[in-house]
Amino acid sequence: MSEFLTHYAFLIVPIIKIAILVLLVLTVDAYLTWLERKVIAHIQTRWGPYRVGPHGLLQPLADGVKFIFKEDPMPAGVDKIAYFLAPFLTLMLALTSLAVIPFGPQRFTVWGYETHVGIADVNISLLVLFAITALAVYGVALAGWASNNKYSLLGGLRSSAQMISYELALTLSVVGVLLIAGDFSLRGIVEQQAQSGKGLVSWNIFPQIIGFLCFFTAAIAETNRVPFDLPEAESELVAGFHTEYASMKFAMFFIAEYTSMITVSCLCTILFFGGWLSPFPVSWTFTQFLPSVLLIPFGLWMIYDGIRYETIFGRVLLPGVGTALLALGGALLAFPVINGYIQGPFWFLAKVFVFLFVYIWMRGTLPRFRYDQLMSFGWKFLLPVSIANVVLTSVAILIWGKH
Amino acid sequence: MVPTNYYLILSAILFGLGIVAFVFKRNIITLFMAIELMLNAVNLAFVAFSQSLGKPDGEVFVLFVIVVAAAEAAVGLGIIILTARNRHSLNVERVDLLKL
Amino acid sequence: MTAPLIIFFVLAALAVLGAVSLILQRHPIHSALSLIVVMVALAGLYLLMGAEFVAAVQIIVYGGAIMVLFIFVIMLLNAGLEERTNFSRLATYAGIPLALAVSGLIAAAIVRSGGYLPAPAPSGALTSTKTLSMLLFTEFVYPFELTSFLILVAILGAIVLAQREN
Repeated sequence: MSEFLTHYAFLIVPIIKIAILVLLVLTVDAYLTWLERKVIAHIQTRWGPYRVGPHGLLQPLADGVKFIFKEDPMPAGVDKIAYFLAPFLTLMLALTSLAVIPFGPQRFTVWGYETHVGIADVNISLLVLFAITALAVYGVALAGWASNNKYSLLGGLRSSAQMISYELALTLSVVGVLLIAGDFSLRGIVEQQAQSGKGLVSWNIFPQIIGFLCFFTAAIAETNRVPFDLPEAESELVAGFHTEYASMKFAMFFIAEYTSMITVSCLCTILFFGGWLSPFPVSWTFTQFLPSVLLIPFGLWMIYDGIRYETIFGRVLLPGVGTALLALGGALLAFPVINGYIQGPFWFLAKVFVFLFVYIWMRGTLPRFRYDQLMSFGWKFLLPVSIANVVLTSVAILIWGKH
Repeated sequence: MVPTNYYLILSAILFGLGIVAFVFKRNIITLFMAIELMLNAVNLAFVAFSQSLGKPDGEVFVLFVIVVAAAEAAVGLGIIILTARNRHSLNVERVDLLKL
Repeated sequence: MTAPLIIFFVLAALAVLGAVSLILQRHPIHSALSLIVVMVALAGLYLLMGAEFVAAVQIIVYGGAIMVLFIFVIMLLNAGLEERTNFSRLATYAGIPLALAVSGLIAAAIVRSGGYLPAPAPSGALTSTKTLSMLLFTEFVYPFELTSFLILVAILGAIVLAQREN
């Protein structure tokens, strides 16, 4: 048996990692919808989902059940191949882009197969991500066209034109980072930022602040989020390209949008904010206890909040989760080996969470662009600024070397 | 390892299929797509030779072929849009006279 | 039956099926989708040969830009199903085997001549992005600048051609 495992480990280990990652990402997607509704509700001084579970925590489960049981009509006169292909393609591409993202620095060996934290470690992982972004336009265009509905077609064409325009600015704004790092692989970019060991000041955000702002803006336009979500807004064009899609197919578009949000946040942290690096210099080893320092009070607060909750279910569930977090924080303090292992992924997830929060915050705060304002902003402002960023970075590298 | 001849035979097959598509289809846009298929078959042969002989020059040429194909597709589709507007048909058999 | 050989046959079959589907489909948009399948299969073949940068450029430029342009034009011109042809039946029945015979002839010529060529290795060290860019900016810099000029001409041409008559 172990002979079989060692012989085929190169196949089995990635499959296990893929299964874990897909389950994890789908759960995070579901709770991202909960987080979005809660945060936007609090921005608008109301409560958001509150009744379905303690603090509305079971709302995504209810939404999932609704999507499964809803009727899935297919309108007459649709182009069947394209109609079925579009949501499937969008979801598949969004999930595939997570395969090349490294989540942590460790390399470990399991069953004689040396592997790392992340699914695929290719030399050109950044180019793979751009290729997948380029292909994502098809899902939207085909969805709009296949629906046999002029509003869907207009929404689909507008949305795909927007995605193509901002794709240029997206790719160009990353060239500055590539010039500094000298490597296309995401792992190489993070390791280049780790070289000086000084923590926060060696991240790519400081030399590349313009590049970061261009990248983040172009990425929001790519994922069709506010303020660039005119093609799928509820009050314009009915619902844009996914008007004619119901329950499960609409859920696929929905999940694909949140997954691409997660991918963009991961990319932002890796390219500009040091990926899994801690913001404190490596010599400050006492910062290793920061995860426990955060988890233990959070667990205590959950227990305290949960004991006095309204419903019995809340009074059982919240203290239970709080105790689990407390135990986790304590275990991290007690076993420094595990603490060392989770430092990288902890910082990575913390930064990704900050970016997701910024995404949701922008949705609650900003109004949306009109379509011609959107296109002129992309072509007349963002693209020249990205090109200027490339020129400035090259000149700076020529003069000062790779500082 | 896959022998180089396999890639070249695949390139020849794709080129032949491109020719069949070009001769037998009547929609102008499909004709353009057949041209792109033929260009892709040639690119495959270029990359196969470049990798097997160990010189990267072939791949540089592939980049140029892709760029030229992009420029040609852009201008060609512009012409197709104009022709379709003037003759109200995308059938290439209708475009056989100089006069409308 | 090593793993690269199996992957080659799968990708080659995908490419040939895509090309055959391009011919047999009646609606241009299904032909466009088949061509996208061919391009992605070819990108996989480039990866198998170790030409990773060319594979990425193929998907980004060909699959992500040129084919999107085709699909936009098909959607905007509202291209319908192909009409019935008044081609002679004889041409169809004699032509297709003839075309396949031509490609068979080319293939046989390839196999017969050329001697033994070493197999492309999926290592990627030979033609990394660094080598390609060094070549592109030292030996091939003149064609490179010419292609940038060509793209400018194409952009201007496309804008002028697609304008509405005022």
